[in-house]
Amino acid sequence: MTHSMSLLLQVVDPQLPPTDGMFALVGLIKVAVVFGIYMFCVAYTTFLERRVAGWIQDRHGPNRVGPQGIFQVLADGIKNFMKEETMPGGVNKALFILAPAIAFVPAMLTWAVIPFASPLPVPGVGLVDMVVADLPVGFLFTLAISSLGVYGITIAGWSSNNKYALLGGLRASAQMISYEIGMGMSTVCVLLLAGNVNLNQIVHQQATQSWNVLLLTMAFFIFAVAGLAETNRVPFDLPEAESELIAGYHAEYSSMRYSMFPIAEYANIITSSSLMITLFFGGWDIPFTQWDNLPPWTITKTLLTMGLYVAKVIFFVFSFIWLRWTLPRFRYDQLMSIGWKVLLPMALIYITVVASLILGLDAAGLARTSIGFRGAMLGMNVLFVVLVFWVLDRGRIVSPAYSRIERARIATLRQVSERSDLVSEKGA
Amino acid sequence: MQPNQFHSLVYEFAFYFFGLTAIASAIAFVTRKSPVAAAMWLVNVMFCLAGLYVMLDAQFIATMQVLVYTGAIMVVFLFVIMLLNLGHPSDLADARGKWGYIMALFVGLALLAEVMVLNRSNAIERLIPPDLAAKAAAAAAAPLAGGIIGPVAAPLFKEYLLAFELTSVLLLAAIVGAVVLGKRRTNAR
Repeated sequence: MTHSMSLLLQVVDPQLPPTDGMFALVGLIKVAVVFGIYMFCVAYTTFLERRVAGWIQDRHGPNRVGPQGIFQVLADGIKNFMKEETMPGGVNKALFILAPAIAFVPAMLTWAVIPFASPLPVPGVGLVDMVVADLPVGFLFTLAISSLGVYGITIAGWSSNNKYALLGGLRASAQMISYEIGMGMSTVCVLLLAGNVNLNQIVHQQATQSWNVLLLTMAFFIFAVAGLAETNRVPFDLPEAESELIAGYHAEYSSMRYSMFPIAEYANIITSSSLMITLFFGGWDIPFTQWDNLPPWTITKTLLTMGLYVAKVIFFVFSFIWLRWTLPRFRYDQLMSIGWKVLLPMALIYITVVASLILGLDAAGLARTSIGFRGAMLGMNVLFVVLVFWVLDRGRIVSPAYSRIERARIATLRQVSERSDLVSEKGA
Repeated sequence: MQPNQFHSLVYEFAFYFFGLTAIASAIAFVTRKSPVAAAMWLVNVMFCLAGLYVMLDAQFIATMQVLVYTGAIMVVFLFVIMLLNLGHPSDLADARGKWGYIMALFVGLALLAEVMVLNRSNAIERLIPPDLAAKAAAAAAAPLAGGIIGPVAAPLFKEYLLAFELTSVLLLAAIVGAVVLGKRRTNAR
């Protein structure tokens, strides 16, 4: 037995892909492990959100269950399972029960094609790609699956037999269609640079060229805004908008069925963060070095790249939470006009500019990895970013609101406020 | 069991799984009274078709099937159904009734006959140009430039560029036409 095992270990070269049978086995193990870790992360993102919210709003947040409240997630889970499941009258039963699952599955499915570390050589098995399924259509797969996320919300809204829920569902589908186009358009530039839709190839392109966020900042900006809209988070949480629609699409849900919607939302946050990292922040690439992208692959490389990838994901998840507790909600007409009148034209213009530049540089004979090519792209990018933010700003968006008030008026207001402070002090 | 036998077993299972589910969903799609339920069954049909495309190694087509039909067109359908609240069959302009059923029967029989004739006489094989098989074999052997979408994109943007651009202009004209018609109706009121 041991003899045959050692023979097997010698025969299989760990730097080569595994055989068919091994591939199936490794695939199953990867699915199980990634699913487990992903669910754990989703659960703890809810905890992170509540603690960060507490920190931002200068209060404690949940800190009672276990040290620093780390078992709060378990307590919440048990609570949700113990609660009564309500079924309001007049609902479409099949769709009402199915909707939470439909909302949750696409968010998780997208993760199947995202590479999260350099390949891992396993003795006796071969070189295991650190991605559940390295599809040749990887990126298009993520777009296709993320476009399905809206079904859960829409169906939940419709099947609840409640006008607020229906309005929430309608808003969700309109919002999703509007922002998906901008999102798809913004990533065209990334694909132009990579010349491939496989996500591992896109990571390799960024490792050899430069992170796309440096060369295509505007594409990242559009993608980030659209991604935020697709996760239905503040400032784009109009489908649930508690001040207008009670709780929107999930107003009629309770217990674990309700809980599936927040789980789907946090799963979407993690997936959206991972996509941003993969497309614009080099995926698992360690910046400024090349040794991590080249064979021979080792366990050290895998662990280091995975560690950096996780760090990047945590940063983006934190940013999502940060945005939620910073920004107010958009009005519905603002939401539509941002999607159709700002993001989409901006993405179209940007595609034209980037495509022309790449065509020109290729015609000039510059190699994609040369300093000249990267420098020209970077220069164009800086110019475009400055121009766009100058136009977008005009004392409204990037600058604070008081920049629209004249300086003299601000000085007068300050004086008034100081005087009133003095008065109140005297009074005290 | 040999690996090849196992592969063909899995392949056959997947084929029948997707095929039968597609047919069952399509039947459910035309028989459901609730428009939303019908739309969801149609979504299921699209998924099964995408699965069949993947089995034919047409991964790009499969992804596009999900992205365009399921992710965009059906979402718009659902949006319209919900916006107009088409919940009641009596509200719909219904093609059912005696003549509708008779028409459907004839069209169905005609399509079935077509499938059977094509299947019997190897007509499909005769329709395929003789050099296509050689071309396909050569393309399969050559490494793919630009990944899996290269073979689709290259002819589209080189050989058939004019046709491609004209089609997009046609679509644009259709969109503009829709906007004009929509605006005119509201102004007349």
